[in-house]
Amino acid sequence: MIPFEYLEHTADIKFRAYGKTPAEMLSNAAAALFKSMVEPATIVVNETWKVELKAFDLEDLAYQWLCEIVFLFETESAVFATFSVNLEQDGTESMRLLAEIGGERIDLQRHSFENEVKAITRHKFGIKKNEVWCIQVILDV
Amino acid sequence: MAEISKINDNTYEVPIGYRPGMRVPGRIFVSAALRDMVESGTIDQVANVANLPGIVNYSMAMPDAHLGYGFPIGGVAAFREEDGIISPGGVGFDINCGVRLLRTDLQATSVQPRINTLIDALFEAIPSGLGATGRLHVSDQQLTDVFINGSKWAVEEGYGVEADLSHCEESGHMPGADPAQVSVRAHKRGRPQLGTLGSGNHFLEIQRVEEIYDEPVAKKFGLFKGQITVMIHCGSRGAGHQICTDHLEVLSRAVKKYNIDIPDKQLACAPLGSPEADNYFGAMVCAANYAWANRHIIAHWTREVFERYFPGSKLDLVYDVAHNVAKIEEHEVEGKRERLYVHRKGATRAFGPSRSDVLQAYAGVGQPVLIPGSMGTSSYVLCGNDRALDLTFGSACHGAGRVMSRSQALKLFTGQNVKAALNRDGIVVKATSPSMLAEEAPQVYKPSGDVVDVVHNLGIATKVARLVPLGVSKG
Repeated sequence: MIPFEYLEHTADIKFRAYGKTPAEMLSNAAAALFKSMVEPATIVVNETWKVELKAFDLEDLAYQWLCEIVFLFETESAVFATFSVNLEQDGTESMRLLAEIGGERIDLQRHSFENEVKAITRHKFGIKKNEVWCIQVILDV
Repeated sequence: MAEISKINDNTYEVPIGYRPGMRVPGRIFVSAALRDMVESGTIDQVANVANLPGIVNYSMAMPDAHLGYGFPIGGVAAFREEDGIISPGGVGFDINCGVRLLRTDLQATSVQPRINTLIDALFEAIPSGLGATGRLHVSDQQLTDVFINGSKWAVEEGYGVEADLSHCEESGHMPGADPAQVSVRAHKRGRPQLGTLGSGNHFLEIQRVEEIYDEPVAKKFGLFKGQITVMIHCGSRGAGHQICTDHLEVLSRAVKKYNIDIPDKQLACAPLGSPEADNYFGAMVCAANYAWANRHIIAHWTREVFERYFPGSKLDLVYDVAHNVAKIEEHEVEGKRERLYVHRKGATRAFGPSRSDVLQAYAGVGQPVLIPGSMGTSSYVLCGNDRALDLTFGSACHGAGRVMSRSQALKLFTGQNVKAALNRDGIVVKATSPSMLAEEAPQVYKPSGDVVDVVHNLGIATKVARLVPLGVSKG
């Protein structure tokens, strides 16, 4: 299983990320999102950020999770390379995501930036489970 | 499935029935050559927009149309106030992404020898690219003022002059802002980014007026052959992106609440008059005003750089247009004046002389319509015609429109060879990342001249001048 792949899109960035579990899929989706922004090989992990999110279903939780990463990148002026994700059921009606993100503060001398991701779109956003879990995402750049 | 039909040389119709649920037909304004470049996904998006309640006449796509999310890029649709909707998918994440054109009193011959120095200085003075923080440090209270007053705030703070305001669409501050609908998260993203250019297709360009098509109108716009102009293309930065993200969530729930059937989640919307619609509109106006202030500040720093190298030079605003916005406008529908919510996503307003919204200085000729080319190709200045009101609710294209994906561009070009090719054409480029130059290579866009010709030939707007790049600063 490849962790993620980028697909052809005329104007924006489209990717699919995979996982044996929904948590692994969300971790790989975060890595795909971030690789489109910054080359991960240039990032040293020396700080961690904790994320806690709640949503009614996995799709909403996935959407919030990716939006959160864009938000943290801009507001923390940090770049990220590791995404450890845990999911748990929160009562009968909602799900909770607990994650730890590893990275460092932006160093313009060292970090090589690629695309500016403006936002995660809802266009053709979706999660499927066949042999493995798969999420499809289109980023507005 | 119903077939697309040709109405005339520059108009194609997507009939009701092309996709299920269409309330009105679609209209795609392209020439035969550009028609071949329109992907099937773009046509599907035109058809999807036609599903939305209260849509008037047609779901439209301008000649630079390409695949977007929700609406196509280059999409225009108007919705009746009584039974229509408002949708962030029809505005985009970069609310009031737009273009500003400054004219100088300098001849290209005096600027060209110093173009390298000038671009370096502009690149230094105007923060751009990913990870860059602005030169400004505004408080939350000041940011709220920006959301309400836009360019007016900038002028009061000493960025730009009073006369600039009348030369912006909406005078650079659109009424109806509701800062209470802007989240803490949007504040957090917006605060450090005021006065930054951003990345991607955003740019600041020094240009030369290469060709005048309409002498009297060019004179009115203050343009002459051989003149140096400066074009600024950017938007509402993280503030706008977050405002759109936040309200998309609310409107995704609203479609269920109001039982609206949408073919694409990105077309989430709310009925006009509902609290969800009002709140989105109030927040969207805040982002639009932020974008006007942003372009105002960048223009001010551009003037400062010119003053350093060309003391006493004058940079006056020709105009500033929004190309990602929803606006309340009055239009004639079946012989009656109606208030409509006109969504322009990657489309420029192109009002003709009959509209009172056109500023006094340009009375009698219509508003300037600014169409940037891709990096390295011509940009155009047109003037809006009244014919546009009948055809497109007074709208024209917004640029060249992409035809090649970023990944394909990266396979074909490197930043170095793109830069070298531009240098050979006498164009100096300064950018934060080489891969970004490859992704924005001139070949990834449709020829800007072809796109503009469709607008001209349809009578939406008339060509006034062609501007060629001399130096480009990219994020």
